[in-house]
Amino acid sequence: MSYIAKPKVHHPSLKKNTLGLTRRDYEGAITTLCAGCGHDSITAAIIHAFWELNIAPHKVAKLSGIGCSSKTPAYFLREAHGFNSVHGRMPAVATGANAANGDLIMIGVSGDGDSLSIGLGQLCHAIRRNVNMLYVLENNGVYGLTKGQFSASADPGSTAKKGEANTMQAIDGALLALTLGATFVARSFSGDKNQLVPIIQAGIAHRGFAFVDVISPCVTFNDHEGSTKSYAYTREHAVEVVHADFVPLRDPITTDYPEGTVQHVTLHDGSTVKLRKVAKDYDATNRDAAYAAIRDHQRRGEVMTGLLYISPDSQDVHAQNETVPGPLTSIPHDQLCPGNDALQKLQQQFR
Amino acid sequence: MTRVNDFAFKIATANGTGSASANGLIMQAIFRMGVPVTGKNVFPSNIQGLPTWYEIRVNKNGYTARTPHFDLMVALNAATYAKDVAEVRSGGYLMFDSSWPLDDKLRRPDITYIAVPLAEMCNALFKGVRERILMKNIAYAGALAGLIGMDTEIIANLTKEKYAAKKSLLDSNEKAIALGFDYVRANFQCPLPIHLEKMDATKDSILIDGNTAAALGAVYAGATVGAWYPITPATSVMEAFKTFCMKYRRDPATKQKKFAILQAEDELAALGMVVGASWAGARAFTPTAGPGLSLMNEFIGLAYYAEVPAVIVDVQRTGPSTGMPTRTQQGDLMMCAYASHGDTRHICLYPADPAEAFEMAVKAFDLAERFQTPVFLVSDLDIGMNDWMIPKLSWDDSYQPDRGKVLSADELEKAKSFYRYLDVDGDGIPQRSLPGVHPKGAYFTRGSGHNKFGGYTEDADEYQEVLDRIARKIQGATRAVPQPLVKTTPGAKLGLLTIGGCHAACVEALDLLAKDGIALNYMRVRGFPFGDEVRQFLEQHDVTFIVEQNRDAQLRSMLMLETGVHVEKMESVRYYAGFPMSAHHVISGVKAKLEKAA
Repeated sequence: MSYIAKPKVHHPSLKKNTLGLTRRDYEGAITTLCAGCGHDSITAAIIHAFWELNIAPHKVAKLSGIGCSSKTPAYFLREAHGFNSVHGRMPAVATGANAANGDLIMIGVSGDGDSLSIGLGQLCHAIRRNVNMLYVLENNGVYGLTKGQFSASADPGSTAKKGEANTMQAIDGALLALTLGATFVARSFSGDKNQLVPIIQAGIAHRGFAFVDVISPCVTFNDHEGSTKSYAYTREHAVEVVHADFVPLRDPITTDYPEGTVQHVTLHDGSTVKLRKVAKDYDATNRDAAYAAIRDHQRRGEVMTGLLYISPDSQDVHAQNETVPGPLTSIPHDQLCPGNDALQKLQQQFR
Repeated sequence: MTRVNDFAFKIATANGTGSASANGLIMQAIFRMGVPVTGKNVFPSNIQGLPTWYEIRVNKNGYTARTPHFDLMVALNAATYAKDVAEVRSGGYLMFDSSWPLDDKLRRPDITYIAVPLAEMCNALFKGVRERILMKNIAYAGALAGLIGMDTEIIANLTKEKYAAKKSLLDSNEKAIALGFDYVRANFQCPLPIHLEKMDATKDSILIDGNTAAALGAVYAGATVGAWYPITPATSVMEAFKTFCMKYRRDPATKQKKFAILQAEDELAALGMVVGASWAGARAFTPTAGPGLSLMNEFIGLAYYAEVPAVIVDVQRTGPSTGMPTRTQQGDLMMCAYASHGDTRHICLYPADPAEAFEMAVKAFDLAERFQTPVFLVSDLDIGMNDWMIPKLSWDDSYQPDRGKVLSADELEKAKSFYRYLDVDGDGIPQRSLPGVHPKGAYFTRGSGHNKFGGYTEDADEYQEVLDRIARKIQGATRAVPQPLVKTTPGAKLGLLTIGGCHAACVEALDLLAKDGIALNYMRVRGFPFGDEVRQFLEQHDVTFIVEQNRDAQLRSMLMLETGVHVEKMESVRYYAGFPMSAHHVISGVKAKLEKAA
């Protein structure tokens, strides 16, 4: 039940951001997910990311589909409009909301059932359109709310709680996104907040569709031995190839890295992502190389993480449409309606 | 027998040969002669090769319904000769391309054959296969002009206007018209006894199709987001919307767009986009037809329960399933009214012609925002894709969109509290906030159980409270939807009630039935939910004929459900084979029932 409001009493020593808000101001209702659920860690990372970026919560629209993951927008940013839509169809709602008001900062939260089965088509087309939003796929390889069926991201050979092995191929969201021309592709782990927070921040700043696949173990139905989406498995097999440090527009770049190991990508709003290469020679702006590297790690049974690909010349829906600046919702009616004189003139062509 | 300005003719050609421009030219020329005219395009679900027909009815009294009786057939498609010959009214005429001999089996003693060697003449005059085919069609327009006495000056002007920018096309068109015209003038007694004479009955009218009119309505209502998936016969709604937006909605200096058109991956997404855009505060719509509507059911239910405005233009075609995509029907009446699982009931508007398609499109946006719910503009292929003669449209420049109870940042700031689903005013309509406006406006939109405060609930009473309020809200729309059109005849004990595109056929049928001594009171419902006057109309008459275009008498079912009037008081008259309804369908239906009763 997501209606239980958290008390708003703050500890006076809580750190404030430039808006004078503490992290508690970015929280939502108390979670109703199982204790230890990976999704709750992602929620915490989202809260931290928005707080640190000094974004006024009400400027954000948070959307989701249906499923455990899709409940989480209720647990962060209580002052933002939320939309828990229908199963697998959040991308369409987000696309429409973004078309109407491109100034909304949009975050979509989805799961592997929501994104890779019932909503696979919508996800693909939102990627193609390059809708300006952060899209977090909370990936646990299993259907939680219906109690433990394999999802489309379950790896072949991965076993269910009762021992049954998955025989079908997995859909890998990151590979899919790269194939479809995604302009921002990342993979992370709910248990690695240090990696996840800057990825989320970069995804928010990215003008276009920022796809973030987060392995987020289901403690109740998919955290056993034999699962490839468990905490233990992911900790053991996650290999970070590139670490993103997000640098907002006005902050100076302070940390130094040895030359050749850092790649700077400037985002549309002027902020910068510094990509610290953990793996030598990894180029996060090379789509084909990213694809090959993910496949390579998969073959070795590893989960490749980090900000895997970013396109520096992303063109979002509004750029492609050549929409006027500002929200369409704020254009006054007299600018939208041609009026009676125009109508009379127009009708000469219907005679 | 001479008949002036009261006849019908039909042109049979093959799809993709350019006959559309010839047919358009003929329609427009008659219209400019001041003579009331309607055209029905009977086309296949095909791009090239399959048979296609264009039916033109000329009627000095202004009757616009389709007539299935043709005085003149222009038979240019050998593949359909037999059928086309059979359709000519006894004593009528058949013009054919005599470049090839006509099979004796196709000769009827009771009709007059007009042989015009169109292909032969065009092959002699024009070069290149494509031009010969295209000009053959323009040549038949010329021949027709001669036969039925179209004004040559008007034709010349129309051709000049149309090809003003393309001199070479103008030349060939002028030549082709003259070719057909001169030939019939030289070889036959022209004009035929069925012919045109100038009138003054069209100067305040236009020729427009309903999809163009609905799109224009969306522009004038201030719609900024259109999401769609291409589907016959709704496609031209969005195409027209785009054309108008490119004309009126671009920044003069930067050419940037004050609109967004999203071609979705399917109709599920199309309505999802509309819901998202409306939720964010835009006026958004999607045009579709039956198969698309089936897919949209999921989001219709969400929009109904989460109370998000949405405008859906349903241009009905025949069902079930794919049906006949290029034929008309009123098969979606019930689906529009009660779409999606669970208890739902939707506001529907039923235009009868393009004029109402324009007005009601505007109304649909106002009602969707005022009642925070999906609103259906229930049109059909006949209204949507055929050219209708309607009075010139006008626009009241003082119009302000009804945005309903959307709270501004100021109002939210001053408000003590804001709860999304609370019935503050007692009319069942809650207050609404838009994202990005004010922290106090934040709420969680969901299709899962929620209470009046916007919180998730599985509590029986809380759930039911919201559901009951929504029912009251929708019932409240009965007074806001377009009211029924009523026409009474003193002393009439029988009623005739219809909907949408059947109007033209019913109006004509009522006049003809009256001549036969059968007096009927008339009601055309224009909006749903029905108001009490609909129940009263049914109760006031011994029997009411319910005229509609679907197999299962969907309108009658809705009337039973919504008014509680017994089915025995309603006699169903239906035609649903795909053509627009004709007066004779109504007359024969009514007479058959009366004879059975007698």
